[in-house]
Amino acid sequence: MRSTGSPAATAVATDLQDERLRSREGLGGALTAIADRARGGDLGMIPVVVGLVVIWTVLQILNPVFLSSANLVNLAMESAAVGVIALGIVCVLLVGEIDLSVGSVSGLSAAVVAVLFVGHGLPAWIAVLAAVVMGAVIGWIYSQIFNRFGVPSFVITLAGLLAFQGLMLYVLGSKGSINLPFDSGLVNFAQLSFVPPWLSYVFGVVAAGWLFLTGFLHARERRAAGLSAKSLTLLVIRSAAVLAALTVVAWYLNQTRGVGWMFVLFVALVLVMHYLLSRTKWGKSVYAVGGNTEAARRAGINVKAVYTSVFVLCSTFAAVGGVLAAARLAAANQSSGGGDVNLNAIAAAVIGGTSLFGGRGSAFGALLGIIVIQSISSGLTLLNLDSSIRFMVTGGVLLLAVVVDSLSRRSRTSRGRA
Amino acid sequence: MSAQPPPGVLSLRGISKTFGAVAALTDIDLDVAAGQVVAVVGDNGAGKSTLVKVLAGVHPPDAGTITFESRVVEVPTPAAAHRLGIATVFQDLALCENLDVVDNLFLGHELRPFRLDTVAMETRSWELLRQLSAKIPTVRIPVASLSGGQRQTVAIARSLLGDPKIIILDEPTAALGVAQTAEVLNLVERLRENGLGVIMITHNMADVKAVADTVAVLRLGRNNGLFDVRDVSTEEIVAAITGASDNVVARRAARRTTTSEEGLPS
Repeated sequence: MRSTGSPAATAVATDLQDERLRSREGLGGALTAIADRARGGDLGMIPVVVGLVVIWTVLQILNPVFLSSANLVNLAMESAAVGVIALGIVCVLLVGEIDLSVGSVSGLSAAVVAVLFVGHGLPAWIAVLAAVVMGAVIGWIYSQIFNRFGVPSFVITLAGLLAFQGLMLYVLGSKGSINLPFDSGLVNFAQLSFVPPWLSYVFGVVAAGWLFLTGFLHARERRAAGLSAKSLTLLVIRSAAVLAALTVVAWYLNQTRGVGWMFVLFVALVLVMHYLLSRTKWGKSVYAVGGNTEAARRAGINVKAVYTSVFVLCSTFAAVGGVLAAARLAAANQSSGGGDVNLNAIAAAVIGGTSLFGGRGSAFGALLGIIVIQSISSGLTLLNLDSSIRFMVTGGVLLLAVVVDSLSRRSRTSRGRA
Repeated sequence: MSAQPPPGVLSLRGISKTFGAVAALTDIDLDVAAGQVVAVVGDNGAGKSTLVKVLAGVHPPDAGTITFESRVVEVPTPAAAHRLGIATVFQDLALCENLDVVDNLFLGHELRPFRLDTVAMETRSWELLRQLSAKIPTVRIPVASLSGGQRQTVAIARSLLGDPKIIILDEPTAALGVAQTAEVLNLVERLRENGLGVIMITHNMADVKAVADTVAVLRLGRNNGLFDVRDVSTEEIVAAITGASDNVVARRAARRTTTSEEGLPS
């Protein structure tokens, strides 16, 4: 509370009056608090950041092209489709459920777009809208089966995995592969449209400015209410750090093609989900249902509606991801959404710190998680290792992430933070 | 307080509830006034929990009337109970351990659903906790890191949010240590001072003697006596609970003459 000159700063803030509370102010205090939480087993995003640094270092040593601007541009573009799917997985994992069919649903959505757009010659936006609505309907069907019959979600979605893969093959028909025309807006969006350099810097400035403004207003509101608040110095440092990071990233990517609009779309969806999960009543309900379903029900939360909303969201994101993947590939074929899409999306969510046990995780986890997964994939491809090795490495990383999740959960239990 | 109780806020008359062939409650009467602590005691299977669930709107009664503030009301759902002003703190507290104290207090009743008013919620949380003289160092830690007594405090504070007239506490001290039990009993007294009617379900005679104004005894789903705490002994309550003055508790007490007359340690 230094250097702010707030009138309320003279008295002790309402939330700091307990003498047992060690005061933690300024930058040092914030860092100490993070370290404290980590020791208590609340690791948050620390493992994924550490993992990312390790993976990038190793891959860069193995192949100096890995951290080149061109490769990172590509990596960002490749991340978007599965990243969007992972965002949906985060939502279902938060309520302690799972959706194993996101790969099939994304493949089906790709097929639907291709058939409607190319086969029937409908406008692209109608084809995309149809695919997304279909995703929402699939999620709604899952939620109804889950709510009415109480079938475990992994069984429902395992059935969906097979059924919707079948439906995709049926929709694609005998041809088995439909190419999207290269001059269409969809393909153009996913492969060729990049943010102009000046605009990418503007995005950075707007993000940092927005962070500072909301932080400042929030701090002022808290002080006015007699609560403790972040100091102005801390807010400035935080925003400056974000501005510097975003500028460096944008500058480095702008050395070659720049920041793809598809990646911007993904980040925008992450930000929207972050807001919904952390700052709305719905978000709190999702965490509550994942933490203690019975408590949520007694608190008057419509638990079934929460389940419905997350299943619908997850399948919808899967459908959106499928559209992006098809646009990126400029085709929908029998292997769309197959292979490792399913596992990569779930792995991204878990690696990003979303607990398989429910109630813990964040939207940003999907962003960082998918970058880890995509880095492994991209790095191994650069080393000319084929998909057999890639599958094994990704499987190992997923296992590692789950082990970290389980260990941190045990640590939370022993330190009374479970 | 209980000498001339103000008109009852909540009156139950002839409440019955059966589960299949089992009559869990038969013809139960109960009155609670503002600023009065009514202890409901009874053996296992006496119908205490069923009575709580009837009042909380979990199980609607099969017969009988519930009168709340001189109106005959129905309590079909927990939400209806909440709207009337009947708040229930269940034995398992129903807190979300992954959420912090503020989130738990406002769970399901958040301010500004689409842009949570965290500042107002935190301010109100501190008001509530101060009102209960709660000993919770910070409201921004997960409930998982609080002690049993602190959790009980959070659960009670949450029930106060809707400005209830009646608070039902289901075995509030069952899982607590000596000091924490004392804290919760202080809390109950504070609720009474604030003019709330308190129904306290308990097994613990020491708690009954410590804070209750009247004791209603249930036995096998029926009323088995209503006592003023000041003129009843623990032995009489135990006799009403077990249904005989020659009961297993009395026989134990007779065997162990060194045991204090106030009954069993908790």
